[in-house]
Amino acid sequence: MVEFFFQAIGIAVIFLLGCVGETLTEKSGHLNLGIPGIMCVGAAGGILGVVVANNANGFLSILLAVIFAAVFAAIAGGIYAFLTVTLRCNQNVTGLALTIFGNGFSSVFINNIIKIEGDSGHGAMLSEAGNKFFLAHLPFSDLLGWFGKIFLGHGVLIYVAIAIAVVAAIVLRFTRIGLNLRAVGESPATADAAGINVTAYKYSFILIGSAIAGLGGMLYVMQLMHGIVGAELAGTVEGIGWLCVALVIFTLWKPALAILGSFIFGALYIFPSFLNVFFPDATFTFAQLKLFPLIPYVATIIVLVVTSIIGNKENQAPAALGLSYFREDR
Amino acid sequence: MHQLELKNITKTFGSVVANNNVSLTLDQGEILSLLGENGCGKTTLMNMIAGIYYPDSGSILINGEEVSIHSPIDAFKYGIGMIHQHFKLVDVFSATENIVLGYKDQEKFNIKKAAAKVKEIADKYGFIIDPRKKIYDMSVSEKQTVEIVKVLYRGANILILDEPTAVLTPQETKKLFDVLRKMKEDGKSIIIITHKLNEVMEISDRVAVLRKGEYIGSVNSKETTESQLTEMMVGKKIELNIERTEPKGCVDRLIVNNLTTIKEDGLLGVDHVSFTARSGEILGIAGIAGSGQKELLEAIAGLAKIKEGSLDYIEPHSGEWVDLCSKNPRQIRDLGVRLAFVPEDRLGMGLVGNMDLVDNVMLRSYEKGRPVILDRKTPGKLTDQIVKDLEVVTDSVHTPVRRLSGGNVQKVLVGREIASVPKVLMAAYPVRGLDINSSYLIYNLLNKEKETGSAVIFVGEDLDVLLALSDRLLVLNGGKVTGIVDARTVTKEEVGLLMTKTVESTVEE
Amino acid sequence: MAREHKEPLFHIVKRMNMGGTSKVAIRIVSILIGLIIGAIFVVALSPTSHNFFGFFGSMVSGISSTPRRLWLFLLEGSLLLGVSIALVPAFKMKFWNLGGNGQILVGCLATCAVMFYLGGKLPDPALWPIMLVASVLAGAIWALIPALFKAFFKTNESLFTLMLNYIAAILIGYFISLWYPTGTGSMSPLPHGALPTLGNTPFGKYFLPTIIFFIVAIAIYFYLRFSKHGYELSVVGESENTARYIGINVKVVTIRTMILSGALCGLVGFILSGAVHQMMSVNMDSNMGFTGIMVAWLSHFNPAVMILIAYFVTFVTRGMSQVNTDFGFTDEKLSSVISGIIFFLLIASEFFVSYRIVWRADIQKVMDKIAYPFVKACDSTDSLIKTIKVKLTTKKQPAKKEAE
Repeated sequence: MVEFFFQAIGIAVIFLLGCVGETLTEKSGHLNLGIPGIMCVGAAGGILGVVVANNANGFLSILLAVIFAAVFAAIAGGIYAFLTVTLRCNQNVTGLALTIFGNGFSSVFINNIIKIEGDSGHGAMLSEAGNKFFLAHLPFSDLLGWFGKIFLGHGVLIYVAIAIAVVAAIVLRFTRIGLNLRAVGESPATADAAGINVTAYKYSFILIGSAIAGLGGMLYVMQLMHGIVGAELAGTVEGIGWLCVALVIFTLWKPALAILGSFIFGALYIFPSFLNVFFPDATFTFAQLKLFPLIPYVATIIVLVVTSIIGNKENQAPAALGLSYFREDR
Repeated sequence: MHQLELKNITKTFGSVVANNNVSLTLDQGEILSLLGENGCGKTTLMNMIAGIYYPDSGSILINGEEVSIHSPIDAFKYGIGMIHQHFKLVDVFSATENIVLGYKDQEKFNIKKAAAKVKEIADKYGFIIDPRKKIYDMSVSEKQTVEIVKVLYRGANILILDEPTAVLTPQETKKLFDVLRKMKEDGKSIIIITHKLNEVMEISDRVAVLRKGEYIGSVNSKETTESQLTEMMVGKKIELNIERTEPKGCVDRLIVNNLTTIKEDGLLGVDHVSFTARSGEILGIAGIAGSGQKELLEAIAGLAKIKEGSLDYIEPHSGEWVDLCSKNPRQIRDLGVRLAFVPEDRLGMGLVGNMDLVDNVMLRSYEKGRPVILDRKTPGKLTDQIVKDLEVVTDSVHTPVRRLSGGNVQKVLVGREIASVPKVLMAAYPVRGLDINSSYLIYNLLNKEKETGSAVIFVGEDLDVLLALSDRLLVLNGGKVTGIVDARTVTKEEVGLLMTKTVESTVEE
Repeated sequence: MAREHKEPLFHIVKRMNMGGTSKVAIRIVSILIGLIIGAIFVVALSPTSHNFFGFFGSMVSGISSTPRRLWLFLLEGSLLLGVSIALVPAFKMKFWNLGGNGQILVGCLATCAVMFYLGGKLPDPALWPIMLVASVLAGAIWALIPALFKAFFKTNESLFTLMLNYIAAILIGYFISLWYPTGTGSMSPLPHGALPTLGNTPFGKYFLPTIIFFIVAIAIYFYLRFSKHGYELSVVGESENTARYIGINVKVVTIRTMILSGALCGLVGFILSGAVHQMMSVNMDSNMGFTGIMVAWLSHFNPAVMILIAYFVTFVTRGMSQVNTDFGFTDEKLSSVISGIIFFLLIASEFFVSYRIVWRADIQKVMDKIAYPFVKACDSTDSLIKTIKVKLTTKKQPAKKEAE
């Protein structure tokens, strides 16, 4: 049971980063369906960072992984931003193209990494030193029993991820920047008239959101897969990316709620692996086991439907989500 | 030295010249009215001061110094704040959040402190405002208050108000004017865009007049008369020369009794409205904008949710009563009720901008003829007919209607509606934005329909037109009927009073 | 004057109307740029070959060197065309159906279920109609679910359909495991129910499944352009208010159109599983639901352009497989990278079609000089086409004009 919660948190932070990244992007009025692709690119960047650090030391590995992941993802986000903000292209179409590109790019990239690093059967094993550092948990966690394991037993980046979500929540809720950003997503014309640089806000938060989501992709490889790079990676990360997009709706565009929501998604995601813990007496056929991954998708659909039926004004998507802003439109 | 001076400003949009060589001045502590008809370039001119548009040529001087205003933020820098006609507010934000939006003072961002400051400004000038109330919970006048406080919060010295009274009740207008006077005493300069002459005389020190994008001149309010202003505004005096025949063979065609409708936001649209529309007669509907005109017509056309009351159409031949309540437009059509409706929102409701003329003309009739497959031939002929009869200017009948000019768009719409030989014809603001010739064409079409025995319901904004065209006049205020009068005998002043009369309280002034 | 410098470098205005030739030229240029970037990318990274022009040769040979390759190219392009045309009715209604993948997959699932459960119990010819009906129904239902919620509760359809893609893929995995409990999670071709072919040549195998979507595309074109249903859905898509004003039941049209859209995707699944593979897998949709969205959108729902773009995309995918071999790569996903780049450029070219950049006066002069030959060439082509058109129409209708 302790292991279940421990692992749920491990996967949850990936959802959390993807979700916070997409939330920030959507708050600027841009539905970025390229987030799954961006997470793939982020994963590729993280891998490159670790490879470049070349086992030098753990800290450098982690630092380069973070920087490369964020920069790679931001560049991918930059393509999206240029097309949708400056060239005012359709957001859905651009996002899908980016996801196709991002998945392809990281697949090609990862294949080459596997070739270079050598295939151990399940893929390439990256940097030992870095890997240890990624997984090194906080002090005292061994002393505090289950509490220590669940809450303190994770790699340092997991706490960084939660901190990012908290900061995002605070920025959105309590700062001038957050207020301006929300205004841009709700009504760019209003924000423009109020003297806010709409384009700058859109660009900044698409890039920041992409970088954060990219970290999520990187965490998947370095944290959850323990640095093992397999050929399936891009596909799995893309799948997680789509769940992140869903999670934004599930958490009503609130990064603070995203912390809770991502934990629920994380728990649902790994639930199938822990059936014997929850149902020690039940046996499941091979086929039945294949049905459990349905749960998070079905849950999202339910939330989607329920929120749309309730239709509260406060908990809706930003009003200008998906629309291009053109000042001289009259 | 003037506080604000515009020199030879010109602005064009494509081939349309919105402002041509306009020069204007504003002094400190002055209320200037900018007067002009719809579409004469008042708003465009002001938008250039507020940084929304950038002039093609000409210069703007503040306190004698030439400035370049590229954005609203530049405008704020020079102490200029504009209150737009369409409020620029974020619906899900509170009043304070909207007010501080985009404003960078040196202090740390603190919404509570800001709210206190908002309250302070409101008290100083006599506004009533709840800083924490969300915009979507506010009435129109509350939203306007937020807009004005927003500008003051930024320390604006020059305030521009774009038709601030168009959406206000008389009481609210009075309150607004009181506030404006207090601001003037405080040394603020104010430009108020309007086309209402009585307000010009009441509030402003000086009046500047624009006509068709050109600056005509300015006069002191005390030294002018309404008729002089009118002349400046419209050029030579236009005597309305609308033929009005005596109604013949009037019978009741549409009987509306105690009708109450609910709008999408849950508020009442019209409130216990009763009247009868008769064949061979034009029933004019007057009222300030947003008094329930749109809601009334939409309710009759089967587009509104009816809470109570009845709506009956009387079949011309059999005299049978047909209940129209809670029927959608198609069901109404299927009942054989010949109802035509020219809505206010031409390209958003009456027509589809991206479709060509033929496809728009067949909107009403596409179900007819053979099953499954569309018949474009009959509507095509009808379109040719409409283009010919109403002199629609278009490259071909296959041009998307959004490419036509406003007048031609309206001709297509009215032509289609009349083509169904309606027994009831409803038209909402059918001449808005049209030039004189097109307007007269529309008036004549309405008259022709009346003479052929239709019951015509005409919603207008220009009282002169309403009085010259209608046989009877129904006046709405706040969704209620404040009077039904004979348009031949009633005076303009009497109608004006009815338009501002509230049913609960006594008539003001 | 100080003001001169403060004037922004350029601003963007909406274009009212662009000449047809310029529209085509801009797109062709962006495709060429995309291919050149792709070629440079491949040549730079290739461990074996550095022949820049060889890239294009490999692309072409990838689709045409053997009859089988040519037919696979024709088939895949036609499938993509099928998906794109299936999505068009929904998009015309401004319904973002991102669920094409899922709708194809349930079509595959339904087809295979019929083949698996009834195969051998009924003769093959009796299976075919059942497979067809089952797959079309499955696709329709998969689209109907989000349509119902959209119609009645305004539930966001793009995210709903997106989720249904994954559910469909998971269901496929489930059924494969159910049917082959000891298997590896993949499926071998089913023995019964394969759709009829015209012999064992590539032509025989692939002609029928290829031609069917051309027929579907033409049918949908006529449905949209000339049927009352098509007219209603365009009105709903352009302006819901107008639809209400006329008395079109928006809910009915939404639901009806989505059923059609899903059913056609289901039909693609039927062809994939019934005619091409006789089995199913979780990624049998090859992401055509997403690619199809781009094809449909980039072609502005014009069926002729749609055919061109669908085949161009297929050309890139299939051509890249040959590039992979010739240039010593092992990544099948390399084609996604190249097609991603081309998509970006095509999407970007849409901007230049609908907007115009107005430069500051001094820069405009330079820009005009640069663009002059291009604009001039396009304009003269436009006028040439116009004169030809006028000549053709006047030749055709002199009698009519005189009669008037």
